[in-house]
Amino acid sequence: MSNILEVNKVDKKYGDYTALNQVSLSVPKGSIYGLLGPNGAGKTSLIRIINQITLPDSGEIILDGAILKPDDVMYIGYMPEERGLYKSMKVGEQCLYLAQLKGLSKNDAKIQLNYWFDRLEIQGWWNKKIEELSKGMAQKIQFVVTVLHKPKLLILDEPFSGFDPVNANLIKDEIIELNKQGTSVIFSTHRMESVEEMCDYIALIHKSNKLIEGKLTDVKKQFRTNSYEVGILSENVEGLLHELSQKFTISPTHFKSLNDELKLEINLGSSTPNELLNILISRGQLTHFMEKIPSVNDIFIKTVTE
Amino acid sequence: MSKLALIIRREFIAKVRNKSFIVMTFLSPLLFVGIAIFVGYLSQMKADLKTIAIHDETGRFVNEFKSDEEFNYVDFSKIDLKILKDSIVSESYEGLLVIPNDTNNNTLQKKIQYISNDSPGVIFVEGLEDVIAKKITAENFQKVGLDTLKINNAKANIAIHLEKASGETALKGLNEIKIGIGGVFGYLIMMFIIIYGNMVMRSVIEEKTSRIIEVIISSVKPFQLMMGKIIGTSLAGILQFLIWAILGMSAMFILSSVFGVQMGATSGVQTQQAIQMAQKGLGSEIPMYIKELWNLPIATILISFIIYFIGGYFLYSSFYASIGAAVDNETDSQQFLLPIILPLILGVYIGFFTVMNDPHGIIATVFSMIPLTSPIVMMMRIPFGVPLWQILLSMTFLFGTFLGVVWFASKIYRVGILMYGKKPTWKELYKWLKY
Repeated sequence: MSNILEVNKVDKKYGDYTALNQVSLSVPKGSIYGLLGPNGAGKTSLIRIINQITLPDSGEIILDGAILKPDDVMYIGYMPEERGLYKSMKVGEQCLYLAQLKGLSKNDAKIQLNYWFDRLEIQGWWNKKIEELSKGMAQKIQFVVTVLHKPKLLILDEPFSGFDPVNANLIKDEIIELNKQGTSVIFSTHRMESVEEMCDYIALIHKSNKLIEGKLTDVKKQFRTNSYEVGILSENVEGLLHELSQKFTISPTHFKSLNDELKLEINLGSSTPNELLNILISRGQLTHFMEKIPSVNDIFIKTVTE
Repeated sequence: MSKLALIIRREFIAKVRNKSFIVMTFLSPLLFVGIAIFVGYLSQMKADLKTIAIHDETGRFVNEFKSDEEFNYVDFSKIDLKILKDSIVSESYEGLLVIPNDTNNNTLQKKIQYISNDSPGVIFVEGLEDVIAKKITAENFQKVGLDTLKINNAKANIAIHLEKASGETALKGLNEIKIGIGGVFGYLIMMFIIIYGNMVMRSVIEEKTSRIIEVIISSVKPFQLMMGKIIGTSLAGILQFLIWAILGMSAMFILSSVFGVQMGATSGVQTQQAIQMAQKGLGSEIPMYIKELWNLPIATILISFIIYFIGGYFLYSSFYASIGAAVDNETDSQQFLLPIILPLILGVYIGFFTVMNDPHGIIATVFSMIPLTSPIVMMMRIPFGVPLWQILLSMTFLFGTFLGVVWFASKIYRVGILMYGKKPTWKELYKWLKY
């Protein structure tokens, strides 16, 4: 699978401050790519460079196999974190204007607008001014404006901030639908649960450097600790604990269950799960056995605090 | 349509549709006409007739004072001075002129008094002095046996005939007319720069506060956006001027057709007066003034006006745009605006004081070259006749500086529009130039 976007060794400095240090990324075609990092890590700088709002000091950006050029803005849809619309301009005119700035003809823009207005059931808003709309309504328009020109690559910076749960879900479904139709999505957020739910690739930027990149499952494998969550109903709890603690590292844990069992987190070290299972089965009634997969949140915190 | 054209169109429509634009366009001529009518009405109003009491003990002067619409001179010479003084306090008349009885004119001169409650106007007092002085002078002439009539006839009346080296006749009052014409154009440029420069700035700030800026510049270059804004706003301004010009002309047309008879009548009177004056040999200068006005470099004035107008407006609105980009709200812009407005005001002052006295002196010439003041100062100099090479040089400076300033402004603009929540200092602006 080829890449829709490649970032090669991009540097960016603002005066003495280094915003990006030799950052390289590969965003596969058709993926939903999570760009993670704490505040001030350099995500917005990178996104602005991809959108040609600022230029990198060195390095190159390759979009769909060719070096990024000014006209490429029409292939990219960008929803910045700091976003808004002209307050005193009518919804319809504003959408047409922004679509034309992206390079759409007026007619194509109208066709696309009608499609989206029907789809999001906002046909009646055409002649309303943005200042007459609620914040959530304006956010819908903002999303329409971002995707109106059918971009190949959609870049969303904190897309769900400002949406109520109903609208956030609606927009999430639209993003997934667009992705199914072939749009690649880069999405930068602090909401780890939406990364977990939507992204198939992630990259983590911290202090101007890229620390992690790859398929979400691969990253998780890389961060797995060979730890298991175990629930067991045992007659001789003390004996069991004694035996386990000789071979493995154990610690009490908590998970939801209907039984009043012994709940443990067990780090196997170099042993295999079967060795653990053998002991457990011989000692009582096993009710729960699950590998502890690191969450994106865990990975994020672990990487950033290290 | 190119992106720049799209931006210009949006900015233009946004400005023109704005309620304040519509109100300003149609209300300010009304306001202007209203003020003109009001001022006209005030000047038509007759001033209160003021009564001046004259207590002339010599009896030689009282008949020299002729009552007119403003002043009514009353002879109170027979009434006791003390009673007169008391009645000033009760304000039955404005003032009291007291000429004591003294046959010696030399001592009399120092004894004349004017008594009033309020201090009288300088011109009024000079008028009184004039009347008395004339009478005394005439008497003095008679005493030494001179014939006043002969003296009057012997007086020379000099009006120096001004002529330019090129052989054309120059007229004395013409400088005022020239500075008036130049001043109108220079002043228009200044007003336009301030009003529409501010509009550009406000529109940049609006894009920042509404947070649409990043959406826009992911589609267009910041430079395109800035230029589109400046051009679009200036078109709105030009439209406003055009509307005013059309309104003005149609108002004149309507007025002249409604009050046609009356105006015809007055002009008839004027023509008669002109004929009379011409017969007396006084009006012979009027056709010369008209001729001289036509001799003004009208084409140069108009073409230069357009070029200086565009150059000056573009130069200053680039500053305004970068200030708008640097700040978050209009109140923060004040510290940066002062250095912009100062050269404009300086230009107008130099125009009205230096150019008027010495249109081709060093100061006027230098400031008509400096790009920040040249649109105003040069416009004021041009009616006096400026060598073409100076105009061209000054325009070259103006547009060269404009290019430099646009480069500098677009750098600040580019960085500034993405900066939120900070009130920048001059030092920071300088740093942005290097990003």
